[in-house]
Amino acid sequence: MLSCLSKMIAEGRRAGVWFACGVSLLLAACATGSNPRDPWEDANRKVLVFNQKVDAWVLKPVAQGYDAVAPTPVRIGVSNVFSNVEDVWIGINNLLQGKPAASANDFGRFAINLTLGIFGVFDVASEMGLDKHDEDFGQTLGVWGVKDGPFVMLPFFGPRTLRDSGALVVDTLANPLSYIPAIPVRNVSRGLKLISERADLLSAEKALDDAALDYYSYLRDFYLNRRKSQIRDGRRVRDEDEQSRAEQPTVIVFNAQDKDVELGRSRLLFVELERKVLAAGVLQQSELASDVPAPTTEAI
Amino acid sequence: MLKFLLRTVMLAALAIPAVHAADEAPDVTIKNLTSEVIDIVKTDKAIQAGDQKRIQEVIETKVLKHFDFNKMTGSAVGRNWNSATPDQKAQLAREFQTLLVRSYSNALTQYKNQTIDVKPLKSAAGETDVTVKTEIKQPGTKPVPIDYDLIKQADGWKIYDVYVAGVSLVANYRDSFGQEIKANGIDGLIKSLHDKNTAKLAEKK
Repeated sequence: MLSCLSKMIAEGRRAGVWFACGVSLLLAACATGSNPRDPWEDANRKVLVFNQKVDAWVLKPVAQGYDAVAPTPVRIGVSNVFSNVEDVWIGINNLLQGKPAASANDFGRFAINLTLGIFGVFDVASEMGLDKHDEDFGQTLGVWGVKDGPFVMLPFFGPRTLRDSGALVVDTLANPLSYIPAIPVRNVSRGLKLISERADLLSAEKALDDAALDYYSYLRDFYLNRRKSQIRDGRRVRDEDEQSRAEQPTVIVFNAQDKDVELGRSRLLFVELERKVLAAGVLQQSELASDVPAPTTEAI
Repeated sequence: MLKFLLRTVMLAALAIPAVHAADEAPDVTIKNLTSEVIDIVKTDKAIQAGDQKRIQEVIETKVLKHFDFNKMTGSAVGRNWNSATPDQKAQLAREFQTLLVRSYSNALTQYKNQTIDVKPLKSAAGETDVTVKTEIKQPGTKPVPIDYDLIKQADGWKIYDVYVAGVSLVANYRDSFGQEIKANGIDGLIKSLHDKNTAKLAEKK
């Protein structure tokens, strides 16, 4: 336990230093983009070019080779094993987000796939109706109301927000792969995970490239919208955008005082909405408890 | 107040002329559309050989009539849409349609062994604006939710937005379109869309 903890701290320090370096580099290259969500656009674009080169020269050819060599059942089995390992952390995040039922689902998935699914090779749990969830620490922070901050294109890792870049460190530390004692085994498994994930994307990228007027901004906007949707567990993004646009006049007053508010505008609206819903729920519960009939039923 | 609203909605629903195609439920429209396209993609030899022209032909004859591209383009352009002339609107809609058809047909050529699961529609009768939820399932990967927003028109249900994994494909263009218009005006956006489309066309040949 203790050695695990000290390893965690050491890993954290290393990752943290890298993270701090990356951010200060980006800040040093600070440029004014036209999108308020993306103040470091110039630097971000350069990082994307770098990432695309790394991908084109190394990752993609390897992934294509893997795709050609490994038969489909093998590829599915490999990606299932990694997916199963992640279910534990997904369950913890669901717990942290106050969703015990979803969390139980995730731990159940892990246990079933580990045993009946033979170390996670087969995703038996999905067939039993326990759906795979999509959670990470960045989403948990989002649910807690932490603002996502500016958009950042991280070298190697790709699109993130500032908040999610920090959360990435926690996600990495929480992944059991980080604690495989034999370093070669750890590195091979990390590499295989990366290649397996990249191979899953091979078919999607062409469509993305064709759809985008400007690949960078399409990727950025898709990432930002996707994160918003993920934090809401798939609930939709567009409606809220329209709502925030409609409410813009009242928010401008805020903007004059605090520039940060503008960045977190939709976030704030959402948090407020959640609070209202929560308050309404609490109200209804207390009403039920004291047997007071709900006054709105007659109108309906 | 609520009763008044209900009555208005009911009257509005009555005012819509009953056309046969409009009687089809929207989830049935989506189900028929996806299964028809997949059947063609699965069985057509030319498409399997990667014949882009043939795929676009299929899209143009089978798919396009189910979309309201004017509404889609207007939504993607955002508030600048109102300041565009009718001619600019028509050009924008045409270029946007070409762009979407091309990327959609590319996505179709990647089709392998996915299955599409259309969820039964949960909505009250008489609604004219609905969302049909579907899921693309592929062994070994997480299912991808794809939602279609449909609006009822005289000649049937028309798709006006598509959500992939919770993200509106139309809204996703809004920021980049807005920036292009801010920098180069509406004609600038038409030009850059046109350039992208012709560049892609040249690439294919």
